[in-house]
Amino acid sequence: MIKYFKVIVFILCLWPLGSISLNIYLDQLGPEPIKKIMHHFGEWTLIFICLTLAMSPLKRFTPFNFWTKFRRMLGLYVFFYATVHLLIYVGLDYRFDWDPILNDVLKKKYIFIGFSAWLLLIPLAATSSQKMIKLLKHNWKKIHKLIYVIAVFGSLHYIWLSKTIFFKPLIYSLIILVLLALRIRIKKKDINYG
Amino acid sequence: MKKIKYSKITPEKIYKKRRDFVKKLGLSAGSMFIGQNLINPAFASNDNLENKITEYRYITTYNNYYEFGTKKNDPVEKSQNFKTKPWNITIDGEVKKKITLTAEEIKNIFPIEERIYKLRCVEGWSMIIPWLGFSLSKLLEKAAPTSKAKFVKFTSIYDPEQMPGQRYPILKWPYVEGLRIDEAMHPLTTLVTGLYGKELPNQNGAPLRLIVPWKYGFKSAKAIVNIKLVEKMPTSSWMRASPKEYGFYSNVNPRVDHPRWSQASERVIGSGIISERIPTTMFNGYGDEVAHLYSEMDLKKNF
Repeated sequence: MIKYFKVIVFILCLWPLGSISLNIYLDQLGPEPIKKIMHHFGEWTLIFICLTLAMSPLKRFTPFNFWTKFRRMLGLYVFFYATVHLLIYVGLDYRFDWDPILNDVLKKKYIFIGFSAWLLLIPLAATSSQKMIKLLKHNWKKIHKLIYVIAVFGSLHYIWLSKTIFFKPLIYSLIILVLLALRIRIKKKDINYG
Repeated sequence: MKKIKYSKITPEKIYKKRRDFVKKLGLSAGSMFIGQNLINPAFASNDNLENKITEYRYITTYNNYYEFGTKKNDPVEKSQNFKTKPWNITIDGEVKKKITLTAEEIKNIFPIEERIYKLRCVEGWSMIIPWLGFSLSKLLEKAAPTSKAKFVKFTSIYDPEQMPGQRYPILKWPYVEGLRIDEAMHPLTTLVTGLYGKELPNQNGAPLRLIVPWKYGFKSAKAIVNIKLVEKMPTSSWMRASPKEYGFYSNVNPRVDHPRWSQASERVIGSGIISERIPTTMFNGYGDEVAHLYSEMDLKKNF
């Protein structure tokens, strides 16, 4: 049963790719299409970060157990959309013109932190298999705590690229902070009852 | 006066339509640039993206006008009921003759010209826009600035009832911008009354806005109600919001990055996903006209 469910979730997670393709095809992207595509994938990366982080609290607070079974897939989608987002910036926006890209990465803090977040995703994606979980044992959990850092970096990336106080980046940051705060409580509980 | 030549940038179809429009409107004194076009229609078609007038729909739907909200489509969606009549504008401060005029009077008193300028936004995009307007200096001269008038402060309307963005402290309202007196008196500095041969749409800053083509777009205040000649450098809304990021001068300068993003290149609005960024030019390409204003200034310090 869960297998079929996973297939359905897998297909649903491709929605951002489908919706933007349709928009490109219909020429519905408006005056700054490259920026729009880039932001589309950036925002979906954040959404998938939130979804990934939401799985274990959902397991705690709902009577269902299946949530964490989707966590790996969602996490890999974070990496996938983050990579597409980065490729659009590097390839479509800057045409692999490395000088300005390097300059941006080194000097512009929102790009620096966004790029750092992507780098940190690599070890997570690389160690996502069942095999690696077994191989790394308790270290695996430690490595995968990096997602908390990545989530914070991701929200800062969004806040810092905004010109002034914008609502959407703040909302994402708030959601991420809540999801992280829920974990602190969970931990305390563990200690108390453990 | 230099601008990107009208004849070079207008696709033939629009150019012909425009010529009909000009005939209907009977623009005479103000049509010197259009006149140029009539004399020399040989270059009427030019597909060079860099020199193409941006489509009307983009100019009027993709706006930074935080009084109506921070999203690009907020201004067009939320400004349609904005009242621009009656509209008074006052020129006061260090002047011999304080004046108050209505927007209508201004349109009647001053000969309106079509001026096609490139607009470079600090966010790294640009449009080429056929404005209607006249040199601000003509209006300022009417008020006769005194010798104490070293700067000009522009204040936009404050009306949170009509402007939902002003209900939030996104910026310090009302919007304030400023120019040095010589910048304000420069013939390229334009008081705008319309675009694309039509009335200025609300989302573009109706009924009266400024255009300073060699500076980033935010310097060009919209919906202006007061122009004050002052002795000291005014603090603009953006300087107040983030002094490290927004300087008083804010001249387009590819060598001075915004602290958070590069200014070396720009995306051309409406050019599609296939086209590349273009390099940004010093003073947005108006260096021949305005560079002398800054000959003794370090533009990295005075950004």
